[in-house]
Amino acid sequence: MTVASPAIASNGHGVGVTFEDMHRWYGSVHALNGLSIDIAPGEFIALLGPSGCGKTTALRALGGLDEVDQGRILVDGRDITRVPTNRRNMGIVFQAYSLFPNMTARDNVAYGLRLRGVDRAARKKKADEMLDLVGLAAQASRYPHQMSGGQQQRVALARALAIEPSVLLLDEPLSALDAKVRRQLREEIRRIQIMIGITTLFVTHDQEEALAMGDRVGVMSAGRLEQIAAPTELYDRPKTRFVAEFVGLTNRIPGTAANGSVTVLGANVPLLDGSAHSGAVFALVRPENIRVVATQDGGARVAAVSFLGSLCRAQVTLPDETLVVAQMSAAEAGDLQPGTAVRVSVLPSPVFAVAD
Amino acid sequence: MTDSTVGAPAQPPAQTAGLASGGAGSRRFRGARNYLALIPFHLYLAVFLILPTLIVAIGALTTADGTPTLDNVTVLFTDPTVVDAFVYSIQLSIATAIAGAVLGGLLAWAVARGKPNGLLRQFVIAASGVLAQFGGVMLAFAFLAAFGFNGLVTIFLRDTLHLDLLTDATWIYGFAGLVVVYTYFQIPLMLIVFLPSLDGLRQEWYDASASLGGSSGSFWRHVGGPILAPSFLGALLLLFTNAFSAYATAAALISQGSPLATLQIGASLQSEVVIGRENVGKALALGMIVIVSVVMVIYALIQRRASRWVR
Amino acid sequence: MTASPGAPLSAAAPDIGALAARPRGVGGGRRPSPLQRSARIAILVIVIGYLGLPLFAMLEFSTRGNYGSRSLDSYAAMLNNQDLIDGVTTSLQIAVLTVVGMLLLLVPTMVWTVVRVPRMRRVVEFLCLLPLAIPAIVLVVGIGPIYRWMGQHLGAVGASPLTLAFIDIVLCLPFAYRAIDSSLRSIDSATLADASRSLGAGWPRTIFQVILPNIRAGVLSASVLAIALVLGEYTISSLLSFNTLQVAIYLLGGRDPFISVAVSLSALVFAFILLIVIARVGGGGRRDQREVEEPAT
Repeated sequence: MTVASPAIASNGHGVGVTFEDMHRWYGSVHALNGLSIDIAPGEFIALLGPSGCGKTTALRALGGLDEVDQGRILVDGRDITRVPTNRRNMGIVFQAYSLFPNMTARDNVAYGLRLRGVDRAARKKKADEMLDLVGLAAQASRYPHQMSGGQQQRVALARALAIEPSVLLLDEPLSALDAKVRRQLREEIRRIQIMIGITTLFVTHDQEEALAMGDRVGVMSAGRLEQIAAPTELYDRPKTRFVAEFVGLTNRIPGTAANGSVTVLGANVPLLDGSAHSGAVFALVRPENIRVVATQDGGARVAAVSFLGSLCRAQVTLPDETLVVAQMSAAEAGDLQPGTAVRVSVLPSPVFAVAD
Repeated sequence: MTDSTVGAPAQPPAQTAGLASGGAGSRRFRGARNYLALIPFHLYLAVFLILPTLIVAIGALTTADGTPTLDNVTVLFTDPTVVDAFVYSIQLSIATAIAGAVLGGLLAWAVARGKPNGLLRQFVIAASGVLAQFGGVMLAFAFLAAFGFNGLVTIFLRDTLHLDLLTDATWIYGFAGLVVVYTYFQIPLMLIVFLPSLDGLRQEWYDASASLGGSSGSFWRHVGGPILAPSFLGALLLLFTNAFSAYATAAALISQGSPLATLQIGASLQSEVVIGRENVGKALALGMIVIVSVVMVIYALIQRRASRWVR
Repeated sequence: MTASPGAPLSAAAPDIGALAARPRGVGGGRRPSPLQRSARIAILVIVIGYLGLPLFAMLEFSTRGNYGSRSLDSYAAMLNNQDLIDGVTTSLQIAVLTVVGMLLLLVPTMVWTVVRVPRMRRVVEFLCLLPLAIPAIVLVVGIGPIYRWMGQHLGAVGASPLTLAFIDIVLCLPFAYRAIDSSLRSIDSATLADASRSLGAGWPRTIFQVILPNIRAGVLSASVLAIALVLGEYTISSLLSFNTLQVAIYLLGGRDPFISVAVSLSALVFAFILLIVIARVGGGGRRDQREVEEPAT
């Protein structure tokens, strides 16, 4: 299953995609509010945001399933804003249940080829290759209702790729699956995407998924793009308050800001651009940037400890009753137990601060 | 009697202990007592559904004094009035099933395209619920008020447009009239039966087809059509039995003769009993049961296929 | 596959309450093409016109006065017609008996099959849907002898028109079953029952105070359907010679068609209002549930 056929691999040149100042209103709701993104050829972009933030609207606009009221969409330099869906040649994988229930897996995959007038034998060959690519060669004759959710989504992926689309659109394809299958499938999707080199837009509300899969991750809120950056950059150096609060776990710890840094729990930590920069603030500190040391005169107390395999997360109550979460390796956690007196400090990596 | 449904399952001690020890296991407890609670229900249906059916079936195959005979059933195939009535009933049912399925199907499509919780949808569904049950005396009168000799439409055509089209109001009692009247309650039934299937067509299927290069036409040809076909066919059969079983509408509309199978049965109950033909009415009824049952079995088979695809 | 284990016949007795709110189907986000929009409007106008015309004709017919004027005399007269009042009274009494009997027969049985004997579920469903295959006119042929026997042996009770409730219960079973079944499916009755009983409740209390409130939308919908069926029932009452609403309307039709049309229209409007109310109540409950199940994107 891991051996890609030459036919598929040779399709390995992605195209660039550009969103230019896109707007979309649903009645009074401004679903897209000046969205602009440049996607490089072959790039995997994950759009992340809470429900209703416009990420799905953006994907549907690119797929031609929804119109934009203003702005342009360019693919490979060509304006496709007014091109109907069925002439865009984009592969779309939907959330769930998008397989045609009256067709076998093979017929589903072959559907796009059938519409393109490919003859029966060639279509079957290609469909079987695609099913092989997603590891379902043996299930070719099954109907969707005879397959698991994960298998159905693999078939949907094969179907989308069978037409050799210019862009691959993934609309929360994993959200209906259970955790284990989801993790497995996301790695597989990424592997296939890299192998084919197809430009991909992936929409999700699951940040772990977005950070794990995307070359770059775009965070959206209320129809706007808050920040688009590589996963580590997004995580370590959020540009806006929304991103800082939405991506990853954060603690809100009171501190005092002045001159580009903030004093929090006795440590002086540099502030990121866009932070509140003076007076009493809350510093948004990542759990892994909080250090907890067991000591009799600590003043803080461990409230609970949970082990997550190699990692360990401790909830600690500060003297002022603020509850903070710290993350450390299991070894560092040592013999922390509920009730242990500890001292809490903050590592000096830059943080985002908010005024309220 | 109904009280015992609730009272009967007094728990024996052993079973109560089982319940306390584990939910899933106790749920599958297969004591005979569990079945006792269903006896009132079965008893009731035995008296008011099964027994009447048996009376019909046995009566159809016996003479008035209980001697087995095939004479009654033979009438179904030899008496020209009876044969004509069944043929007429079947023709009428086929015609109104098709008319109702097409018009009702189109209405369902128009409603399904509308807002999910829109006023139109709510209104059409509620109205259909009422109108599907509207067959009978009231429907007959409604059509007489519209197309009878002094009906609104008849008068309008005659006096305002001076068209001599429907002035002879007897057409309403003929085949055409029955088709128009029956179709009236077939349309709402079709809507109620078919709308869930249309709602079951997922937006994702349409979008997927479009993204793979399909036009609206190719979606309906390859995906939408095949998915809806069993439901549509099933609805057609259901509408057939609905028209075939209808008695009240025709009885209220037609005062002369008994051109339909149901009217023949009604007449056999009301008229003087001819010696030797006491049980012919039961044979007619049995004939109806057989036809309706066959259609319903086919319907069930088709429905099973339809429900396999759409969840 | 997740398709319901219920007999495929079940769709033959649709649950109207469940139709009111629907899942997202084709036609969601896109704007319809002009051709589609005009086709849709044309269909709505033609079909609704067809369905509306006889109703409008009834209104026009029943409000005819002298020399082309409009009058409500027929509606006033209908309130003074003793035969009609008798018929309505009888039918309403039958309706009450039918609803009560139907619920007492069906609810405990259905809950019991779900909770304790799931394997009987299909049998009960089959029996409930069986009346669809046995037309009322056939049932009356077979039930005639039973009613003759009741009339002769059970005295005044056996000869009362209220005994029609026995058959009406059978006739409304398919629809009532569907309505209650869809409510019952939307809750986990088995777990509810286990919880209730683990807290010390007996079966009667569990069924009527725990499960019944949770399926009230279905029960309500089933009750309204039963009422509509009883008020519209003609075949059996006329052939068994009982004076119910429809029989009264029919007999009146020969003498004064204006009044009988006025009554028919009133009965229809009454049924329509009842169903609108149910669509509101039932549909509302379902919508709330859906919001929990599938958050909007």
